[in-house]
Amino acid sequence: MADVETHEHDVLVIGAGGAGLRAAIEAAASGATVGLVCKSLLGKAHTVMAEGGVAAALANVDDRDNWMVHFADTMRGGQYVNNWRMAELHAKEAPDRVRELEKWGAVFDRTSDGRILQRNFGGHRYPRLAHVGDRTGLEMIRTLQDHAIHQAVDVHMEVTIIALLKDGDRISGAFGYDRERGRFRLFKCKAAVLATGGVGRAYSITSNSWEYTADGQSLAYNAGAALQDMEFVQFHPTGMVWPPSVKGILVTEGVRGEGGVLRNSEGRRFMFDDIPDNYRAQTADNEEEGWRYTQGDKNARRPPELLTRDHVARCIMREVKAGRGSPHGGVYLDIAWIKQRVPNGAEVIRKKLPSMYHQFKQLADIDITEQPMEVGPTTHYIMGGIRVDGDSQMTGVPGLFAAGECAAGLHGANRLGGNSLSDLLVFGKRAGEHAAAYARTQPAGRVDAAEVDRLAHGALAPFERAGNGEAPYAVQHDLQEMMQQLVGIVRREDEMQRALDHLVLMRRRAEAAGATGNREYNPGWHTSMDLGNLLTISEAIARSAIVRTESRGGHFRDDHPDKDPAQATYNLVARKGADGAMQLSKEPIPPLPAELARVIEEQK
Amino acid sequence: MASATFQLWRGGHKDGHLQSYETEVSEGMVVLDAVHDIQATQANDLAVRWNCKAGKCGSCSAEINGKPRLMCMTRLNTLDLTKPVTVEPMRSFPLVRDLVTDVSWNFRVKKEIKQFTPRAPDAPDGTWRMQQTDVDRVQEFRKCIECFLCQDVCHVIRDHQEKDAFVGPRYLAYVAALEMHPLDTVDRTADLKTAHGIGLCNITKCCTHTCPEEIRITDNAIIPLKERVVDRFYDPLQALVRLVRGKKSS
Ligand SMILES: Cc1cc2nc3c(=O)[nH]c(=O)nc-3n(C[C@H](O)[C@H](O)[C@H](O)COP(=O)(O)OP(=O)(O)OC[C@H]3O[C@@H](n4cnc5c(N)ncnc54)[C@H](O)[C@@H]3O)c2cc1C
Ligand code: SF4
Ligand code: SF4
Ligand code: FES
Repeated sequence: MADVETHEHDVLVIGAGGAGLRAAIEAAASGATVGLVCKSLLGKAHTVMAEGGVAAALANVDDRDNWMVHFADTMRGGQYVNNWRMAELHAKEAPDRVRELEKWGAVFDRTSDGRILQRNFGGHRYPRLAHVGDRTGLEMIRTLQDHAIHQAVDVHMEVTIIALLKDGDRISGAFGYDRERGRFRLFKCKAAVLATGGVGRAYSITSNSWEYTADGQSLAYNAGAALQDMEFVQFHPTGMVWPPSVKGILVTEGVRGEGGVLRNSEGRRFMFDDIPDNYRAQTADNEEEGWRYTQGDKNARRPPELLTRDHVARCIMREVKAGRGSPHGGVYLDIAWIKQRVPNGAEVIRKKLPSMYHQFKQLADIDITEQPMEVGPTTHYIMGGIRVDGDSQMTGVPGLFAAGECAAGLHGANRLGGNSLSDLLVFGKRAGEHAAAYARTQPAGRVDAAEVDRLAHGALAPFERAGNGEAPYAVQHDLQEMMQQLVGIVRREDEMQRALDHLVLMRRRAEAAGATGNREYNPGWHTSMDLGNLLTISEAIARSAIVRTESRGGHFRDDHPDKDPAQATYNLVARKGADGAMQLSKEPIPPLPAELARVIEEQK
Repeated sequence: MASATFQLWRGGHKDGHLQSYETEVSEGMVVLDAVHDIQATQANDLAVRWNCKAGKCGSCSAEINGKPRLMCMTRLNTLDLTKPVTVEPMRSFPLVRDLVTDVSWNFRVKKEIKQFTPRAPDAPDGTWRMQQTDVDRVQEFRKCIECFLCQDVCHVIRDHQEKDAFVGPRYLAYVAALEMHPLDTVDRTADLKTAHGIGLCNITKCCTHTCPEEIRITDNAIIPLKERVVDRFYDPLQALVRLVRGKKSS
């Protein structure tokens, strides 16, 4: 066998964001030996970047809130193609998961009576997001990290998994390399939890970091698990658009939750011009009422700026296309105006949105207490992902689990802000618990040494091509531009067919890309290996988006601009066929149980 | 478009050297953008850490023109581009390669600090009550993004390499966050004096001036902790009170 360092754990958790950390903590608490692997240093995963908050019906700010309202909001936001079982469990369990963080040392902002404060966010009926200013993700990941390091969890930092190993049908291990020395690592395990996050690096304008190369989705797909809902990608309405080097960096929805408004170049609050029917009853029809809502008036309805992300993003695109955009191709997001309404408004802004204040001040020379921001849509999140069982988070491959952004189901066609952080906690815990339980019932599986040799050989191939191959960054760059252009916010069949042709050519380029230098901490080599994952997942997105001939949630078809009720009955599922080609199928969504249907009806 | 020269540290300890690269600069660029451009076109294997590109993850720490900074938050228009800009790895930690250092010591130190342990819940439903004014100061320390720039700049670590005797400013702020946490019940005062080595800090405030999160490490964390240590170990009256009360002083 190739020169490989071997580790053995009952449960291997791949990914150390909120979902992976929570899974590792739970698996360890269940008595399993746990290994936790991540590509970056501990505490640097994407979760650290989350800003606005974590959604849970604690009812600390508005006592009308409860799990049923949260459930109905999540289903409405997801346009009813959600895995309703996950939506139910999520709404019921999120409050306990958030309170548990407090037990582990998290310090959320407080209400005047000393409880966890909650803020408004798009699509949530009541103030529901527990938060810490606009750095909630940092608070969450640090709390979980600092708790996990005192549990029986072996952390393997800066290690990248490139393949899952199976013994027959079931999982028996994972293979990867450490970034620092470039040595191969073999992890033997009885169960594995994928918690690898998203796919944003498939697009050129994104709020996501280099880590988001769709590894988990691709690992699962290649191991025989199914992907689901891959057409549903979330484009967040407010990313920075200027200067060019920060294009795509997120501007939290919290800005709008605190009273920020969107205007076009004519100064008009264009969001009032297009309010979808299913939200009309809950949406303010005048500026005064919208303002009162953001200030906590329980009788006011929310301003249209807080409609769901897919809708706000498209309204912004429309304004820009119609020539009413800002100088750099966005629209204006104005929080400074609240100074007209609240005493020492500038101070309130700095206190409520400290990192936004800094971000604009330092990166764009803009003082958001004085000037409006320029914003436009940015690739942010993928609702689709690995298909799992709602209760246990197990995939179709025995012993393989998935949780967090890399899993599908909870969010349906569109995710509500704040529902990701709570997703990580609820389903991270469940995945860890069920993975540990599964591991208890299994003997250790076999690992095929020849397979390991083959993987090691393949991983080193880019060096053999070295300078003769194309630079991997060039391929990645072209892929990102292509996906942004052809499978972006507004989609058409002919363009997406072209995208599939491009993907075939790009796969050839990727397979010929070379790595220079040696194996030690070599990002060029790493990128050449990531390309395969990005290509697989881009293909799944494009193929799924072609088949869904309607517009729903994050998926908008210019050639099928309306929602088609007949297409609310299935999820699109992608699997690797026996011949290695991607196969798509429409899997019917199981009917909603009567009591959940009633909840939705009552909350309409 | 103008161009600028960057001198980047390449290689490890033995074979390491500064190497010059020319790259185009455009409006709004930060140092990390320039490093990425160089990596994409001229030096594919250039080792550098980064994640968020927005000052939130603390991955991209380096020494820019000799000053410890986050590369993603250092705008080129704040630097003199008529001269070459040097970008070097943090000096206080062992070099891995190029701009990447081995910061694992920091993770080991954290594990040695006694874990958060809350008092019994305040309410029957298992929750606690805390006032915003009581958590404000803890929240200041919890803004830390673990960039380790303060550790890099502190002379106790940088010049004297007292890594066994001193946890460094990051972890003194971490202890402060735990000690001042309204719910925490553990006493870390004795550890501060011995294991954490707070006495080695001579309040130069370099850490505070470096912190990208503007945490007032020295004034708000270290000095109050030093006072606790003094009260505990050098003030006879306090020692007596403690004997009688048998409790953590806060
Ligand atoms: C700027 C921004 C702001 C956001 N704000 C909010 C918000 O306010 N509220 C909210 O609910 N959501 C928010 N989100 C979304 C949310 O932060 C993410 O969806 C969520 O954090 C994902 O968590 P995760 O645990 O699934 O994955 P991550 O936190 O992304 O962690 C993924 C982990 O997997 C590891 N990994 C990946 N591939 C491999 C591999 N091949 N081998 C080994 N390890 C691997 C990575 O190193 C990392 O440790 C925001 C997202 C962004 C980008
Ligand atoms: S104040 Fe203390 S901890 Fe901070 S840099 Fe100076 S000596 Fe180090
Ligand atoms: S205290 Fe400041 S300088 Fe030190 S690690 Fe934290 S954020 Fe960085
Ligand atoms: S890349 Fe995250 S702080 Fe610079």
